[in-house]
This record gives sequence, C-alpha cells and structure tokens, in this order.
Amino acid sequence: MTTTQEPLSPNDSWWSSITRARELGIVVGLVALVAVTASANPRFLSAQSLRDVLLGASILTVLAVGQTVVVITRNIDLSVGSVLGLSAFAVGSLVRDHPGTPVAAALLAGAGIGVACGLLNAVLVRYGGVPALVVTLGTLYAYRGLVHTWAGGGQITADELPRGFLAFADGGVLGVPWLVVVALVVTTAATVLLRDFRLGRELYAMGSSPRAAQLAGIRTGRNTLIAFAASGALAGLGGVLHAVRFGTVDAAAGTGFELTVVAAAVVGGVAVFGGSGTAWGAALGALLLTTIGSALPVLEIDQFWQQTIVGALILVAIGLDRLVALRAARALRKGGSRVR
Amino acid sequence: MSARRLLGWDAAIIVVALLAVALSSVLVDGFGTTRNAGYLVLDLLPIALLALPMTFVVITGEIDLSVASTLGLTSAVLGALWDAGLPIETIMPLCVLLGALLGAVNGLFVTVFTLPSLAVTIGTMALFRGLAFVVLGDSAVADYPASFTGWVTGSSGGVPNVLLPLALLAIAFTVVLHATPVGRAVYAAGAGQEAARFSGVRVDRLKFWLYVTSGAVAGLAGVLWTLRYSSARADNGAGLELAVVAAVLLGGVSIFGGKGAMPGVLAGVLLLGTLQSALRLSDVTNEALTIVTGGLLVVSVLLPNLLRAATRRRAGPASARPGAPTTTP
Amino acid sequence: MSPTPTARVRTAALVAALLVGLTACGGTTKGDGDPGAASGGPTASADPDAPLREGVKMAFLPKQLNNPYSDIEGEGGKEGVEELKGEFKLVGPNDASASSQVSYINTLIQQQQDVIGIAANDQNAVCPSLKQAREAGIKVVSFDSDAAKDCRDVFVNQATAQGIGEKLVEMASQLAGGSGEIAVLSATPNATNQNAWIAVVETELAKPQNSGLKLVKTVYGNDDDQKSFQEAQGLLQAHPDLEVIVAPTTVGIAAAARYVGSSSYKGKVAVTGLGTPNQMREHVKNGTVERFALWDPADIGYLAAHAGVALASGRITGAQGEEFTAGRLGDYTIGADGEVVLGPPTVFDAANIDQFDF
Repeated sequence: MTTTQEPLSPNDSWWSSITRARELGIVVGLVALVAVTASANPRFLSAQSLRDVLLGASILTVLAVGQTVVVITRNIDLSVGSVLGLSAFAVGSLVRDHPGTPVAAALLAGAGIGVACGLLNAVLVRYGGVPALVVTLGTLYAYRGLVHTWAGGGQITADELPRGFLAFADGGVLGVPWLVVVALVVTTAATVLLRDFRLGRELYAMGSSPRAAQLAGIRTGRNTLIAFAASGALAGLGGVLHAVRFGTVDAAAGTGFELTVVAAAVVGGVAVFGGSGTAWGAALGALLLTTIGSALPVLEIDQFWQQTIVGALILVAIGLDRLVALRAARALRKGGSRVR
Repeated sequence: MSARRLLGWDAAIIVVALLAVALSSVLVDGFGTTRNAGYLVLDLLPIALLALPMTFVVITGEIDLSVASTLGLTSAVLGALWDAGLPIETIMPLCVLLGALLGAVNGLFVTVFTLPSLAVTIGTMALFRGLAFVVLGDSAVADYPASFTGWVTGSSGGVPNVLLPLALLAIAFTVVLHATPVGRAVYAAGAGQEAARFSGVRVDRLKFWLYVTSGAVAGLAGVLWTLRYSSARADNGAGLELAVVAAVLLGGVSIFGGKGAMPGVLAGVLLLGTLQSALRLSDVTNEALTIVTGGLLVVSVLLPNLLRAATRRRAGPASARPGAPTTTP
Repeated sequence: MSPTPTARVRTAALVAALLVGLTACGGTTKGDGDPGAASGGPTASADPDAPLREGVKMAFLPKQLNNPYSDIEGEGGKEGVEELKGEFKLVGPNDASASSQVSYINTLIQQQQDVIGIAANDQNAVCPSLKQAREAGIKVVSFDSDAAKDCRDVFVNQATAQGIGEKLVEMASQLAGGSGEIAVLSATPNATNQNAWIAVVETELAKPQNSGLKLVKTVYGNDDDQKSFQEAQGLLQAHPDLEVIVAPTTVGIAAAARYVGSSSYKGKVAVTGLGTPNQMREHVKNGTVERFALWDPADIGYLAAHAGVALASGRITGAQGEEFTAGRLGDYTIGADGEVVLGPPTVFDAANIDQFDF
C-alpha cells in the first residue's frame, strides 16, 4: 500500500471546508455546553469529572470510528453493540481464567473476535447480495443470542478479574488514561487511512457511487470485507475497554449501543448516503453525546431528556448536511469552485 | 408485482408458515389449543399491526424505524391523560391522532427536506422514546377500566376480540396494496422514483401519507398495548421495530423497494410468532429465540438471492438509493 | 383528482374534533371505579392436615434471568421444590420489562404448571395473566417483588418494607455521622419493592431524630450495571457534598461501590444499601464500603417453594393466620394480605463478611 499525494482538486477544497465547518460547529457546541455547565457547577471541570467524561467517550469513539469506515462505503453496521458484548464477555472470561494474560493480548483477542464477526457480516453482504442493513440487523440478534447462550445468567464481576487488567482503566501515560490513548490512536490511524491512502479514497468512491467505483476498477468486494472487518475489530476492541472500565460484564453488555454509535457518527458529519465524513468528526460526535449525558445531571435536568436531545441532534445534523450539500451543488452549478 | 413472484417467495413463506403451525400443533404440547391461539394473536398483535403500513413504506424504498417509539410515546401520553382525568373514550382517538402527527413529522423530514429515511427514523426513534420518558418519567399508570382491558385480552366464542380490528385492517391494507391505484403507485415509486414521477405518481405526497398512516397505526398499537398490559410505561414496545422489520423482510419484501406482497408479510409475522410460541412452550431459552430471529432474517433475504444466482447469472441489482444501504455485488 | 394536502388535513382535524366531541360527554374516567373482575384472596378453606402433594410442578419466574441475585433465588427455589419431591422449572426474560414476563406467564399456563412463583417487574402488567392462571387452577406465589394483591395467593416478603427502610436509614445515618446529604440509587422506576422501601426511607427521614439527613435525589440504574455506574457518577457530579449513596439493589450497590472505589471520592463518600457478600467482599476489604445489609436470597426462593407446595396441597389458602412449615427455616404464619415475612435482614461488615458465601 502506498501513500498517494494527489493534488487536491477544487472539489476537495470545498468539501474539506464543509467538513471543517461541521467539526468546528461541534467544537463550538461542545465549548458552549461545557461553559454553561461549568458556570452552573464548577466541579464539572474537576479532574475527576473530566476523566469520567473522557473515559466514557473513549469507548463510544472507538466504535463510532469503526462505524464511520462502514458508513462511508454506503453500508451500515448495526451489530456493533452485540459484538461489543460478545467480545467483552469472551475476553472477560479469558482474563478471569488466565490471570496472567497481558492487557495487550486481551486487546488483540477482543479485536480478533470482532474481526471474525465483521467478516461474517461482510461475506453475507458481499457474496450473499444481502443489504448491510438486513445482515447486521440479523447478526445483531444472532451475536446477542450467542452471548446470552454462553453467559447464561452468569456475570463476570470485578473481584474475579486480575488487578493488572483493571488497572489499565486507572493507569495512563502523562496523566492521559490508557482508554483515551487507545481512542486517540484509533481515530488518528483511521483519519490517516481514509485521507492519505489509496484504500481510503476507494472507500469514499464506493460510497459516492457504487456503480462508478466498480467501473473504475476499484476492488469493491475486498474493500467491503476490509471495512466491515475494521468496524468489527473496533467493536471488539471496545468490548475489552468496556470490561476494563466497568469491571463487571454480563450478557447484556452493550445492548442498544448501536443506536448511540450511529448517532455519534451521524452527528459528527458522516452522511448515511455514504461518500463523506471523517473519523475525527465521528470522535467529536461521540465526545459531544457523552458530554451531554454527563452535563444533564449536573444541570439538574432530568436524565430522560438525554435521548430526546440525541434524537433532535441527529435530525439537526442530517438537516444541516442536506442544506450544505444543496448550497454546494448550487455554487458548483454557478461555476464557482468554492463555497464562500 | 408479477404473478410469478407471488408464486415464488410469497407462496414459499406461506407454505413454510402453515407447515410450522401444523408441525408445532402436532409436536408441541399445548400448542394449537384455543387458549394458545388466543395468546398467539395477542402476542402477534403489535407486530402484525405495525407490519401492515411498514410493508407499504419498505416497498416505496424507504424505512420507518420509529414505530416502536411512536407506540411508546402514545402509551405514555395515554397514561398521562388518563391520570389527568380524561375519559378513555376521548383519549383513544387522541392517541391515534398523535401517532398520525408523529408520522407526519417523519414524512415531513423525508419528503419535504428530502432526508434519508434511515437516518431520519433513527433520529425520531430516539426523539420519540425520549419524549415518552419526559411525559411519563419512570412511573407506570395503571387502573384502566376493566371493561376496556378485559375486552382487549378477552375473547368471544373462542375468537380473541382483538382479531376483529386486526383482520379488518389487514384486509383493508391488502386490498389497497394489491387492487387500487394507490397500491400501484406504491410499487411504481419503489421501482424507480423518476420513472414514477414521469408517469404522474406524486411520489413525495404518497410517501408523506404513508408515514402518517404508519404513525397512526403505531398510535393504535400503543393504545392496544397499554390496555393489554394494563400499564402505560415509557418503555413499552422497546425494541419492537427490529421485530417488525424482520417480519416484513421475512415476508419477502425487498429492502430496495419495489417488491413484496401483503400475504407474504402476514405469513412472515405468523411464522415468527409460531416459532417463538412453540419454542417457548418447549422450554427453549430466550437466547435461542434471538438467534432464530436473527438467522431467519438473514436467511430469508439470502435464500432468494442464492436461488436466483443458481438459476441465472446476475447482472447486479439496481443501483442503491438512499435509505437502502447496499454494496455493489 | 385528490384533494390538496391542506384540505385533507382540515378534513382530518374535523373528523378528530367530531370524534372527541362525540366521546367527550359520558366517557369513562379515572375515578369512575369501573369494577374489575372478582377480586382475589382465598378461594377455598384450608386443611392444615392435608397430605403434602408430591410431583408438584412449580415454575419460578424471576425479574430477569441474567442477574446474580435472581440466580441465587432460583437455586433456593430448586432446593425447596426438590426437597418436597416436586418438579422445578426456572424461566424468564433477559430484560426486566413487564411485557416480556407476561408471555412467560401465558406459556406456563399452557404448560399446566401447578404453581407459579413470580418476582413482578410491574405489579399491574402481570396481573391479567396471573388472574387467568388462577382461573386455570394454578396457585400463584409472588416473592421478592409483589404483584397486585388480588392476582396472587401468597407474597413471600424478604423483610417488611418498614424493617428494610429503617435499616437503610440507620446505616446511612451512622455512615454520615448523623447529618449530611444522602442520595438513593434504585433499580427500575417501577420496582414494587424498591419503591416501598424508598417510601419508608422518606418517612423515616421526616422524623425529628433524622432531621440532619437530607435526601437530595433518587436516581434509577434499572438494575443495569453500566447505567447504575453512570448514575452514581452523575450523582457525585451534581451533588458535591454528598455523604452517602444508598443503593437498595444488589446491582446498584456494586456499581456505585466500584465507581466510588476507583475515583477520588473514595473515603469521602460512603456507599451502603443491599448487596450480596460475594460481590461486595472486595469493596468491604479495600475500605470503600463499611457496611451493607441483605437477607439470603436463596432463603426467599426456598420459602416460596414451600409456600407454593403447601398451597397446591391445600394446606394453606393465603388467608391471614394460617400456618405452615418451611423445612429448614421452621414455621411461618401468614400475615395480613397473604404476606409471609422471611425475617430481619443481616448487616454485613468487615468483621463478619467472610462467614457468608452467596
């Protein structure tokens, strides 16, 4: 795989300005939210509180970045919540029974389980000709059923897990918790892959126009496998992080999480049509959703509003995308190559 | 919809569903009794109701994932209004109307703002469920008049009472889909937006009213759900949307739009319900039920594809459209 | 030619207005007291000397299956049913929702069980089905979390709500040093038992001797580990001066203890409530939790099993004053409203926790 440094076409420049605007919007929203919350209760900015928000956002970010890779290709992966549960329980059991397992091995094991799940999704999508929405809706049930069958009523509790494994949640480098480091690494890697590598360009092309991508000789089949494997791997990785963070894993871990993951990606500017969006956007979306969740109790707003706000945010996000796309199209038609 | 298709997947799914019923009656203790049939109808009621308009929506190439949340919100509002002392006879039509309004919200976003229905209804799914909790918080409202709750759970002459409205609606939806200009417009819109527009179908208006219908039916399902369980709760019907989509796809409706038939969908609902009921009676765990549901869903779409692939070389499905994520094969 | 959308909306509004207008007069409202079906209560007379039936089919339906507490209850139930030579069965949903329990009750009716033991997720939602079960001759024992009184024969209560509420306040008061802010982290919002205990906690706090304690918030973790964890986190962010988190649910107390133990609040904020010794051992030993209380969940299942078989044998009917023997637990008398109380809760702390294994 080689890095291709193509000169940016005019297309790219207006497109990147749009995505930048989206990310800027989220950042502004975040800052405003934090400012309001902190003025209501300064402790919202305490080290402990920030740490909690970041830890919570890390897991969501990892999954949202994986979702981004899939959604860019005009697919969707609804099975991520179940994959997270499967991986969390499998790795939890592994670490419980072999207390000497290094954390790195646990992370790899989780990612491996996720890759297997992702590849099954991809094979059904690619070779079965079944739409991703249907496949991953099916595997959402199937993988969850698998966890329940395996776990039964069992639960892995914090006292059964070795200290060293759980310490991964507390430890960190230069004061940044490991979970956050993992999320940052994942987001950066995905950004570079999507932006600077041929594969990334192909994924965008597939999402923009599947037919055209095929005619242009892009290996759509292979790329579909890679995209779903990536989403699965990151969901599996998220499962290990979940086990580390919460210390208790039961069969229900990650139930319903897929909705939040898709929401984070959509709010972060990843279009469900495919063909556009960035990993950083998804990460910012994840951070925004988590911050909202943490800010509500501090602002003494009923927790029940959280879901309502998430839903409204999704609608606002896709509405804005649509608006921007329309204006961009109009600007292009007028012969302008930039959106001013 | 061609006659050949009706003889294809739809016929197959109907045969499979009837086989499942027959086999369960023979093999499973307690299945097939009057009592069991009554419970089966009650358990299938919400899924069957929601599947009727969902079939129309999916055939036009769109999707509505917000139906279960609409059910939850109408249930919560029903509870709140009942608590406020309104008569139940007033609340029920109001709830159906509320459902229609919520459907109109979806329709507005999808048709007027031309947004992808998958993203819109994922958004409203969260929005409506959140509002349900805002309305009712975490309390449950009970004490509905026994004459109403009794009617919903009761039966007369061995026939469950709720079968009547369900059958009427099912017949109405089937007739509209297969024997009226509206139905033909639905298929045309699903087969190709532009072509349908040129042939005089008002695609956007059609879709708008389909969403309104979907919402209204979900509102009705919310009322029946609340009365059946004598409990209005904000989390009523959580997760039901997946079961409804599964039933519709199992019934042979194509997620790409343009294909599908109501008899197949009703058979799909019956098959899912029969399997669940029979497995539960045989003490098969809940886990197996989820695996079966998921597996059936994938197989139901995979199988026709494989059969087609086996009979002829495929040139590839029509290009994807928003709302039906796909890859090129 | 179809009418325009606006015309249609107008028509729809008109129809709706007509409907509302037609039904607004003479409707059935909340206070109308539409009498329900015949209420429950004892249906026959008890014969204390009736022989205990063997082969009684008793099914246990806990709130949800994947919950350690429910599992222990189920094991106790199994011990009791098998001791009495009955057939034990454990079924239940994976989520603590009311509607999923109803399907299971219906299945048990069709399987013609003799007794159903149920911990209700929503006391009203399970009622119609339980009534049908009783009409079909099935005895119903609710345990741990009651169903509405007229749809079960006997309720096996782990302790009186009064006793538990008092114990919770007592522990919170000791841990807060007599005054300060406390908060409650409960299970599901509709959990019958938790809500009854919280009501007692509130009345206890209103008493003059507890005037220093202030209940600032009650939050719900839905007996979901992750949600409980996040709720505990939110509580401490919103209420910096919080002294004690009281979690009257085993899932909640473990999650709260884990959050506090891994945060900077450790040693500043106390966690107490109801938990199992095995899940709390760790937190007691590392000093996060000083004391908490519980009864043995296995005993609840065991007592429910004995009550169920006694019902099926006709020894008791659920009327006040009837007596029956529950194996290793000894003799019990049925109190008002068909309630059987297991006994006072045990308080666990660093000194005694190692004597228990459940």
